[in-house]
This record gives sequence, C-alpha cells and structure tokens, in this order.
Amino acid sequence: MNTPSSAMQDSPLDVREIEPSVLSATRPFYWSVRRELWENRFIYIAPLAAGAVYLFAFLISLIWLPHHKMRALGALDLAHQHEAITQPYDFAAGLFMATAMIVGVFYCLDALYGERRDRSILFWKSLPVSDVTTVLSKASIPLVVLPLLTVALTAVTHFIMLLLSSVALRANGMSVVNYWAQVSVFQMSLMIFYHLLTVHVLGHAPFYAWFLLVSAWARRAAFLWAFLPPLAIMAVEKIAFNTSYFANMLGDALSGGTESVSLPGSMPIHPGMQLTPGHWLLSPGLWIGLAVTAAFLFAAVRLRRNREPI
Amino acid sequence: MACIEARGLRKAFGATIALDGVNLRVEEGRIVGLIGPNGAGKTTALNAILGLTSYQGKLRVLGRDPWTEREQLMRDVCFISDVAVLPRWIRVSQVLEYVAGVHPRFDRAKAEGFLAKTSIHRGSRVRELSKGMVTQLHLALVMAIDARLLVLDEPTLGLDILYRKQFYDSLLNDYYDRSRTIVVTTHQVEEIQNVLTDVMFMDRGRIVFNCSMEDCEARYLEVMVHPEQAVAARALKPMHERQALGRNVLLFDVMQSQNRVDRQQLATLGEVRTPSIADLFVAVVGNHAGNQASEIKGAAR
Repeated sequence: MNTPSSAMQDSPLDVREIEPSVLSATRPFYWSVRRELWENRFIYIAPLAAGAVYLFAFLISLIWLPHHKMRALGALDLAHQHEAITQPYDFAAGLFMATAMIVGVFYCLDALYGERRDRSILFWKSLPVSDVTTVLSKASIPLVVLPLLTVALTAVTHFIMLLLSSVALRANGMSVVNYWAQVSVFQMSLMIFYHLLTVHVLGHAPFYAWFLLVSAWARRAAFLWAFLPPLAIMAVEKIAFNTSYFANMLGDALSGGTESVSLPGSMPIHPGMQLTPGHWLLSPGLWIGLAVTAAFLFAAVRLRRNREPI
Repeated sequence: MACIEARGLRKAFGATIALDGVNLRVEEGRIVGLIGPNGAGKTTALNAILGLTSYQGKLRVLGRDPWTEREQLMRDVCFISDVAVLPRWIRVSQVLEYVAGVHPRFDRAKAEGFLAKTSIHRGSRVRELSKGMVTQLHLALVMAIDARLLVLDEPTLGLDILYRKQFYDSLLNDYYDRSRTIVVTTHQVEEIQNVLTDVMFMDRGRIVFNCSMEDCEARYLEVMVHPEQAVAARALKPMHERQALGRNVLLFDVMQSQNRVDRQQLATLGEVRTPSIADLFVAVVGNHAGNQASEIKGAAR
C-alpha cells in the first residue's frame, strides 16, 4: 500500500509496483496448471497408456493379418478401400478422445473437492493466487491441456501406425504408394483438431464446468451429485409430461450439435465430411452453452471462496 | 498505521455465534498471542483476518479488506494454519518451485538455506515426512517470504517439545525483525510467553483481555501465602485465588482503583512473583467461565 509520501517518490518505484500486477496475471496461472499436472499425473499417463496399448494391438493385427486379406483390399473400390484403410486410424483417434473425456470428468469432479477434503486448500489460499485463477487453471485441464494432448498423441500414433503398416505391406511385397495416398496424417490431424475444438472443447465446456461446480459444492459423493440430479430431471420430465426435451438437449450438447460439420455423427475423418465453421459459429446452441459454462464457472469461483475444508 | 484493526467483528454459523463483536487493534512490529479455550472463536477471527471467511463489521488488515482483497493481501501476509495443510502428494522441490512461481516476495535461496539445516530431502513427498519435518518445511517456506504479517494458528500442534522449541527459536532468531507483525494462537501458552510482546484473551467470541507484556508485568502480581495469612491477603481483594502445594496463591491487579495494593505490602504476606499467562488467563477468563478455564489450564500445564 502506498502511503502518500511513498506515492510521491520517483517513477522507478512505480515501475516496480506495476510489475507484480503484470506478473500476477500469467505466472500464477501457469504455475497453477503445472501444479495440477504434478498432482494429477493420470492426465497424461492415461492417454499415453491407451496409446501404447492400442499400438501394441495394432502391431499384432498387422502380424496376424493374412496375406490374402491384404490382396482383397486392393480389389475393393476406392470408397470401400479408403474406409477399410482409415478405420484403424479413426479408432485410434476415438480411443484418445474417449480416454480424454473420462480423464476430464474424473479430474473435474475431484479438482475442487480433493483440496477441501485434504485441507490443502488452506495452503493454496495462503498464497497470492486468486480463486478465479485457480478455477480457470483447473478448467483449462479438460478444455485446453487434454485436447492439445489428444491432438498431439493422435498425430504421433497415426504416424507410427503409418510406418508399421508400410513395413507390413513391404514385407508382403505390396506397394505402399497407394496406401499412403489414402492416409494423410496432417489432414487427419486438422480434422481431429476441428472436431475437438467444436465438440470436445466448446461443445462439452458446460459439462466440465458443471462437474467443477459440483466438486466445489459437494461435501461428499461429488460423483453422485454430478450425475443424479440430471437423471432425476430426465425421469421427472418423462413421467410427468412424457417428453424428453432435457435428455435431448443434453444429447445434442454431447454430440456437439449438428452445425459444425455436414455429416454430424460420423467420425471426423470421414471422406465426405465438410467443415461448416460459419454455420457453427452462428448456431445459438454454441453461445447458450458458453453462457452456461461462464455461469457455472462463476458459481464455482464463488463457492471456492466461501467453502471451508471438509 | 495499525496492522490489524477490527471493530464490531461478528460471525455466526447458524445458531452458533463464533465472533460476538470483536474489537482489536494490532500495531506493526508486535508479537501477539491470542489465547482462549477451544471454541472461543480464535480460528474464526484469524480466518476473517486472512480472508478465508466472510464477516460482519469492520476489518482492515494492512489497510485492505481481507474478504474482497485476499489475493493482494496474501503478498504481504503469510499463515500456517496448522501442521497438516501442506498437500501430501507434493514433493519438496515442487513446493519450492511453485511458491517461487506464484509469490513475488519469495526468496528461494533463503528457503533452501533453512532446509539445509534440516534432514529434509528435496525429492521427498510431504506424505513421507514426519509431522515435525512438515512443520519445518512450512516454516522454511514462510520465513523465506518477505511478509509484513505472519499468522500462526496452533502451529506446533502435535509436535514434540524439541520441534516446538526449535520452531519458536528460529521464528525469533531468523525471522522476526521488529518491522514484522506476528499473531499466534496456541494452547502451549507457557512456551510462547517469553516470545510475546502482547497478549489477548478470547472467550465466547469476544476479546476479554488485551495487554502488552510490560503492562502485564507491571500490573499483575501473584503472592503465595501460608493458609494462616489467607484471610489477611483476601482482605486486599485479589482477582483470583487458587491452591498450590499447600499454599494459597492470590493474584492481584495493582492498578485496580478501589484497592491500591503495592509490591511491598504483598511481600509482607509471602513470596511475590509475576504470574504466568496461564494463571492470568484463569484469573481473567475463569471468573466468567469456570469450566472452560480449568480446561485451558489443564492444557497449559
């Protein structure tokens, strides 16, 4: 705090006063995210393990793949050939996405609950890190860290799959050129990135924010509080009015709506898939979802400020 | 400027009133002991000062409102709330890195220096350390922060006597420099009474006693009399009387206006000495709440 006399002093003092405030915006956030990764190593270990298991299974499938089946592939028409070749790639991407979703849900449910249960919240609150910074850094795990990790791991896995397949084809005396023409790792990565951004990040943001809110609120059994109330709403709506608007709404939000791509519901690397980002940006569902996310996160910040160790 | 200033501080949890109009003022550079029985509201008062709980009434800490400005306040305030709040999963090296990352006033080299005097390894996780080592680690972190106010809520709870002694020794020798303010609560009153500059007693959500240590020494006297002289001593209107080793121990407030007693007068009755904080506490708080007082006395012994 400035007493009048120190405020009157020369400018270098003012510069030093400004520096910490700039510092306070980014550094605590960066360190808070690092801290989350220290505490929850499963955030990267689970996807890495899933990738390793998948590559192992893929390798075995290549070794056991009968020679005549590979030949038969060449006889298929282009569309079916493409489908047969890219299916394992689709599957790998889907596996990483599913892993990231499961990790994200469990992470969020524990994020603001665990620190109250083990009383470490008293330590975190003894440091100059605001509740906003803390909650946003925790929200960034499912919304930034996990999607980026998913894109990177998928691209690396796809590349390794491409190499393994090429070796297998060569070993069978077949040309790899046709195969390479069907598989474009870079293009697939772009499509996966778009899919993650539209569906898994912006589409699912309200769900993760809800889980964070529950974890900031619950005194016990955060998992039950996260899932039972929505189920109860669905049940009541179904029994009372015999409608399922709420369930449909959640389903739409989960599938990422129908606006971002021309073929909603199919895998992101489908050949006929057209991206429709303009259409998606104008869809009300996106903006309603973001408003709900902001409201949930705001409530989580308020709760963290008020809540005491359990 | 006062380091902490509270007026009419109130806080209720449902029907339980934790703070019932607390008024207090702590000047900079003081070491204040906040003493009170369990449930007196000490922790609630400290939580309000630290911005951990909302409250009614007026409270300024280093000129800030702790509830709305906790983040800024925590650059100048450190606290150890009790021994078990360092996250159990974190490594010693990680906690050093993290605090260095988020705290603009943290001197990592200083913290490393304190840790070098202990047997704590950089690679250990907090869960692998003993309770005493966790407190040493927390103290090393806190002492390396150039803060203006340090709040300690039962910092040595559950520690053995060697760690407790070491804790207050390093606090005094390596940390306190007369420009910093320290507020400490503990049940081990006798261990900190030589450390304190001021003492406050809290009971049922109120500050019932507030005195500097010099004033305490000048103002309160205890005289041990043989039972046959007890009647004469009682005529001087002591604040409190208790039995110890077959003698009657009477505690006097020499400043109290209606009966001016002085040291010489008391010396004729028996051995005169300065009462311990624990005895003073029993005399002040015990007059109001007999049961709770005997509890704190038991804890203090």
